Amino acid sequence: MNDVRLLTSPFIPGALIGPFTDAHPGLGGVCTFVGEVRGEADVELLELSHYEPLTLPSMEELAQQAITRFDLMGILMVHRVGAMRPGEPIVCVSAAAKHRRGAIDAVDFAMDHLKSAAWFWKREKRNGEWHWIQPRADDYADLARWSD
Amino acid sequence: MAVRIVFLGPLRDLAGEDSREVPAPLDWTGLLSAVGPQVAEQLNEQRVNVACAGKVLSDKTTLHAQDGDEVALLPPVSGG
Repeated sequence: MNDVRLLTSPFIPGALIGPFTDAHPGLGGVCTFVGEVRGEADVELLELSHYEPLTLPSMEELAQQAITRFDLMGILMVHRVGAMRPGEPIVCVSAAAKHRRGAIDAVDFAMDHLKSAAWFWKREKRNGEWHWIQPRADDYADLARWSD
Repeated sequence: MAVRIVFLGPLRDLAGEDSREVPAPLDWTGLLSAVGPQVAEQLNEQRVNVACAGKVLSDKTTLHAQDGDEVALLPPVSGG
């Protein structure tokens, strides 16, 4: 099962995992990663914008790549857009597989791609002013780990 | 009908608007002159991508947008 969603309002990752797991009888392992808006001293809000015609289709393509590459039974990939406060979940990726290694690696793979290659733009509000977040060299280095 | 240019991420601030409609057809040279010098300067950077009708162009200078197409200007992503 390939379940990819973009959400505009807060979500509870735990509520998604049970149904996702139940949908894959016979699995050997499920690995889940939840990313939250980091609580930093002066950050009031984080806003994530996207481009509808590209963002969701490219996430679906990424989900499919992960399924093929790691021989998954299914993958759940849920991403928030819009304005979020520190502590709110921003992303949840869960992979189900026959064996643990595939599930763990698939989540790592999906997160590295979401962080550096997915069509999202981030800005944060500090002391009442918005600041765009620039890509980090570390993100590109993380992505390079997966090139063949 | 026209071509709609969509400014994403920080380019929206530079352009001062979310999108702009310009007459079709629209090619690379037309795009550069339609968006103003500040955005045009960014567009010339290799790391800024252009999508037309939902597809990212492998060579943005080959842009050829028709009536009804949406042209999206995509600055480097800051990750999910």
